Amino acid sequence: MAQLHVNGSVLEFEAEGDTPLLWVLREQLGLTGTKYGCGVAQCGACTVHIDGEATRSCVMPISALTAKQKITTIEGLSKDGSHPVQKAWAALDVPQCGFCQSGMIMAAAALLKRKPKATDADIDAAMTNICRCGTYNRVRAAIKVVAKGGDPKSAGLAIQHVNPQTGSKA
Amino acid sequence: MTNTTRIENESRRRFMHGAAALTLAVYLPASTAAGAKAANAANPAKALEPNAFLRIGEDNSVTVVSKHLEMGQGSYTGLATIVAEELDADWSQVRVESAPADAKRYNNLLWGQAQGTGGSGAIRNSWEQLRKAGASARAMLVEAAARQWQVPAAEIAVANGVVTHQASGRKARFGELVRAASELAPPAEVKLKDAASFKLIGQRAPRTDSVGKTTGTAVYTQDIHLPGMLTAVVAHPPRFGAKVKSFNAAKARAVKGVVNVVQIPAGVAVVARDTWSAKKGRDALTVEWDESAAFKLGSEQILDKYRELAKSPGKVAASGGDAERALGAATRTLEASYDFPYLAHAAMEPMNCVIRLDKDGCEVWNGAQMQTADQAVLAKLFGIAPERVRINTLYAGGSFGRRASKEFDYMLEAAHIVKAIGGRAPVKLVWLREDDMRAGYYRPMFHHRLSAGLDGEGAIAAWRHRLVGQSVLAGSFFAGAIKDGIDFTSVEGASNLPYAIPNMLVDLHTPEDIGVPVQWWRSVGSTHTAFSTECFIDELAQAAKKDAVAWRLAMLDKHPRHTAVLKLAAEKAGWGGPLAPGKAGERRGRGVAVHESFATVVAQVAEVTVQADGSFRVDRVVCAVDCGIAVNPDVVRAQVEGSIGYALSTVLNGAITLTDGKVDQSNFHDYQPVRIAEMPRVEVHILPSSANPSGIGEPAVPPLAPAVANALAAATGKRARRLPIATDMLKA
Repeated sequence: MAQLHVNGSVLEFEAEGDTPLLWVLREQLGLTGTKYGCGVAQCGACTVHIDGEATRSCVMPISALTAKQKITTIEGLSKDGSHPVQKAWAALDVPQCGFCQSGMIMAAAALLKRKPKATDADIDAAMTNICRCGTYNRVRAAIKVVAKGGDPKSAGLAIQHVNPQTGSKA
Repeated sequence: MTNTTRIENESRRRFMHGAAALTLAVYLPASTAAGAKAANAANPAKALEPNAFLRIGEDNSVTVVSKHLEMGQGSYTGLATIVAEELDADWSQVRVESAPADAKRYNNLLWGQAQGTGGSGAIRNSWEQLRKAGASARAMLVEAAARQWQVPAAEIAVANGVVTHQASGRKARFGELVRAASELAPPAEVKLKDAASFKLIGQRAPRTDSVGKTTGTAVYTQDIHLPGMLTAVVAHPPRFGAKVKSFNAAKARAVKGVVNVVQIPAGVAVVARDTWSAKKGRDALTVEWDESAAFKLGSEQILDKYRELAKSPGKVAASGGDAERALGAATRTLEASYDFPYLAHAAMEPMNCVIRLDKDGCEVWNGAQMQTADQAVLAKLFGIAPERVRINTLYAGGSFGRRASKEFDYMLEAAHIVKAIGGRAPVKLVWLREDDMRAGYYRPMFHHRLSAGLDGEGAIAAWRHRLVGQSVLAGSFFAGAIKDGIDFTSVEGASNLPYAIPNMLVDLHTPEDIGVPVQWWRSVGSTHTAFSTECFIDELAQAAKKDAVAWRLAMLDKHPRHTAVLKLAAEKAGWGGPLAPGKAGERRGRGVAVHESFATVVAQVAEVTVQADGSFRVDRVVCAVDCGIAVNPDVVRAQVEGSIGYALSTVLNGAITLTDGKVDQSNFHDYQPVRIAEMPRVEVHILPSSANPSGIGEPAVPPLAPAVANALAAATGKRARRLPIATDMLKA
């Protein structure tokens, strides 16, 4: 049994050492919010945090990881979508097909942790994830909302979403 | 509809809590479990289901049943908005779930007896249908309240999910009226609202899928995991048309996790306990291919053939006056030819499909655009009645036409694999990015040749447009629409050129000996016709020494919608005014294009900056769109923004090329989509309209490339005639 520290818990699973972290997360641990898009670290749909750093999990073999490293996936970013980046994303209705957005959000969260006042140049350099729907301008706008203090209303973009699971307004 | 087919796409219960998760070998969308629970309950909650499109629960929930796929274009949100508007529901009580495959109840009204999503038609074909569905439910709630309160129905008002009789002060939420209303027959006729009283339509309502798509809980086909499910990765032939001659699976079977290796028509499938094992198994497999029927030409050879074909007349797609004679008589003639490569859709979620055979037939998990065609094909393959093929339509991680699989390629792979293993386990077919990139079903390569003649006053007297390229409709569900050898999707945008030109001829060559599978790709024929026509018009304007906008407007007398969007885009972009100069050595330019597709008209003005080495950036795109009533203007804006990004990839890098029949590209490193740093500023202006909604998922794609090329011409004097645009030609 191998062990990894994921979203606050040490989890055990069986997988060969060359298995990329992505597939362990998705298929051994059932954390399917992290997506497969290319397998060659080009698209970023598989982005997770390892010790706070945005990492493309599709090319990270689990043999290169220990249970001391803290892995965070979209499921662990917040319990209820309340991370400021997630809130800004929903407020601006960034996603279209949505498939790349877990990776986008993880990349943005890591960027903003490193550079809370991220500039356009910072965004261009850090946000190299691919979105075929072309949501890029909203991705940029949402990051700026957080960089400016996290209140989507300040950007005149507040719209209220309803959590489809609970019916409560988020 | 059984509970198992009712997959709610909104959310998935998160149950993985620490090590406890390890005991769970199986994960299912929560709604399946919840649905089963509800079915087992002794006293199931009553629901009002006045028609196939909505269900109102005693818990006040309004569930809109979407016959259309949500592949990113916001159709769930738009469809629900239409229902909620006529129902006078509160947006917070509205949810969306996908309909089961059913050609009778859920057919696309633009397509006849087939369910499907495409051609930017989800809102267009559902508009009246869903307004009536909402209004009908509203009338039943009102009637139920009138009977209960013993007041005239005409005195009852409904707003934000509350039914009110003002005089008596009585009020009820929808849920309180569900039992009584469900005893009533739906009204035979309903009165629809005046547009003036719309409360939701025309406003920015939040998308119904944003929460799921920002928390990782939205469920795609890639996320389905069924009890005992196996995962398959397929070894495909290196060339189109090749078949398996023989294979050696010994090493593949030795890979830990590999369960089986089976031959299917498309290749050899490695079936394993998980994706990584299946992939390693495929890596270990050796296959010998029979290439006797394989297609072996390269892109340049195909293009040579097309150029040769373009020298002779094709089949006439449109004509007026006498173009040949007028060309001969013209004061001045211009010619230009344009080349377009194959394009992969390259949706973020590579194609995949889950199929399970069971005692009831077959159950499918897919995010596909043409459910009932899929259903019929699977029924035939498995030898069962179509209604025994139960399709769960999940969110698609993009599609752009790819998941409207005209020959059912990826779905049939999954079906053949599950059949080959005797249905002993559910199978998830996984295409890796390389499989997806090289599978074909591309936007076809096209070659266009245009000639025009100007008269003494500088007006266009003659226009001849010849196109050469494969038919998308051939071999598809829509092949019947090919008339007199003309696939209208090959010439759309060219055969209906809006400009008033007295003599015009559009003809088409449709080569049938090119073995590269082609398919509809976001905006289909307009992906190439908008480029050639709008670039050529621009070149003619320059030759006639006319302003590109004024020149177009002069020829658009009979097209008020074109005129309106062109004027609006030009005004908002500051057309005619000075463009801020670039830094030293930079050249800047502004260009325009206008195009109609899917009953929507879009004009775009692009601004570019070109460096001395020819590299360029698109700085700003101003877009004006007439899509009829904008059900949700913010979704319209998002579609325009996204379409501009999607189209820009075809300008900068997008090309699938072949060498000796093999596809050169394999993944995103050599098929580079636009990324955030390349994305221009986009400004969207929606024309006010009282006309019924028209398409919006595709129509903003076509004008982008010609607007950019025209801007580059303004900046550099060089006319791009091939996509993607080679920066070499733009060097100072």
